[in-house]
Amino acid sequence: MSVLSVEHISYAYPPLLPEGQPFPVLQDVDLSLDRGEFLALMGPTGGGKSTLCMTLNGLVPQNTGGVFGGRVMVLGHDTRRTPVAELATHVAMVYQDPESQLFNTTVEDEVAFGPENLGVDAHEIVERVEWALRLVQMSEHRLRSPAQLSGGQKQRVAIAASLAMLPQVLILDEPTSGLDPVGQFEVFSVIGELCRARQTTILMVSHDAERIAEFADRVAVLWQGHIARVDSPLAVFEDTELLEQAGLEAPQVTEVAAGLNRRYGTHFHFTRLDRAAWQLAQDLKATRS
Amino acid sequence: MAARPGLESDPLVNTSIALCTRSLYYRYEDTPALNGIDLQVADNAYLAIVGQNGSGKTTLVKHFNGLLKPDTGQVTVYGQDTTRASVGELARVVGYVFQNPDHQIFCSTTRDEISFGPRNLGLDPGEVRERTNDALAAFNLQAYAEIPPAVLGFGLRRKVSIAAVYAMRPRVFILDEPTAGLDRRSAGELLQRMEELHRQGHTLLLVSHDMRIVAEHAREMLVMHDGHVLAHGPTREVLRQTEVLERAQIRPPQIMELGRRLAEWGLPDDALTVDEFCEAYARARKARP
Repeated sequence: MSVLSVEHISYAYPPLLPEGQPFPVLQDVDLSLDRGEFLALMGPTGGGKSTLCMTLNGLVPQNTGGVFGGRVMVLGHDTRRTPVAELATHVAMVYQDPESQLFNTTVEDEVAFGPENLGVDAHEIVERVEWALRLVQMSEHRLRSPAQLSGGQKQRVAIAASLAMLPQVLILDEPTSGLDPVGQFEVFSVIGELCRARQTTILMVSHDAERIAEFADRVAVLWQGHIARVDSPLAVFEDTELLEQAGLEAPQVTEVAAGLNRRYGTHFHFTRLDRAAWQLAQDLKATRS
Repeated sequence: MAARPGLESDPLVNTSIALCTRSLYYRYEDTPALNGIDLQVADNAYLAIVGQNGSGKTTLVKHFNGLLKPDTGQVTVYGQDTTRASVGELARVVGYVFQNPDHQIFCSTTRDEISFGPRNLGLDPGEVRERTNDALAAFNLQAYAEIPPAVLGFGLRRKVSIAAVYAMRPRVFILDEPTAGLDRRSAGELLQRMEELHRQGHTLLLVSHDMRIVAEHAREMLVMHDGHVLAHGPTREVLRQTEVLERAQIRPPQIMELGRRLAEWGLPDDALTVDEFCEAYARARKARP
């Protein structure tokens, strides 16, 4: 069942100057996500990824104005006609810069803030905070100030704060950029776990091909305002023409497969390290025996 | 020996060493950031500095352009002690490209932004114009010359910030995460430009989390952890030191891990590029058991 459906949307931001032209960003974008699905959204800078994210929680066009066509449905709610505050109970958003959304004095208060505002009762808030902090593995830091945490930890608190609202859909806009490799892995692992354990539907903007290959179910490529392709990580990462055109990277092992296939006529297909090691070992075994 | 551009000629200057630190200690109020760094960087080096967020990378490189001065110990740039040189003097020799382009962009047009540095060096107007045009061309920014850089997208602002440093023609370039937030094509163009600078004799310091870029470009590598240097040497040799990388929580490029898993078949664990790996694979395939 489709939890989130983007139906032929087009969008142009209002002109910066009164006499200016609207600034088109999205053109006929079509996308649909099932419950519990993890979709990675890739695309070059300036391709409309953040704008698309903001159409999913109603900020575009409700707060931005501009010219909007088509329809976005989230759990049966039309994001143009449902108040942003109501949509926020279904769709949570995590931004690139966790600092922009952390402002409480303790980690615990930060995570409790959302449910408190939703009017959730006190007992349940305690339970939700415990659960969310455990899931992102930040329970031991509950009394610390978010300001003292590392980038990866801050981003995990931001995610926990979103989770405490029990959203069915979680949108993450480049949550790992600016994090070191350890922080990046922490964030991807938590999201992967959420998808499995709670059947949360995930749309995550990322450029990290190797982690996407490991964790995401599908990849959508947003290029020049439209979805150029949406498919399995393997199909997208083997589409070298598209990657080249959109200026995107494939996992290094997929480039190895392409390099070997091109030069030696082999037929390797992998996007993940473990698959790569297995297929290559099989091949070496066969050619050497 | 010829005097280095921008530095007072000093018969004692040992020009084969570009940057040098001796027992360098630095702390931010009560947090130690650098705990005794001894380091020599040769003229025309291409050095990558890697480590987790908070390991001291940025603090270290800010000592080379005099933005920070040692608490104890010494830092020299082409033999000159940074405590005895003004930031202006050092800026002629060491160009620093900030991690966030918005920390250095402030002029009302891209052309002004780029000519600001050369003008500050006291060059005559003809020379300023020539260097500005040259930098605009080198980074494909001619079309944006008369536009305020602040309205450009992130990738373009990043290019403007690098072009502005490039126009000062410093002997040493320090680039702090220059490819973060750039799509693959823009990152590729920038890395190519950096290779040219290296060929022309410039010294390059690259601070980066992207081990793939480090492996493919940097000739030597420095691993930092908790304000200490864990390893410093040729890139291939450092990337082979698995215990060091683990301690610094750095993941080597995927093909190195792939090579390690296929070691029994004679695959190398230290291929730096996909091409190198593919060639080694072809040899392993032909080898008789």
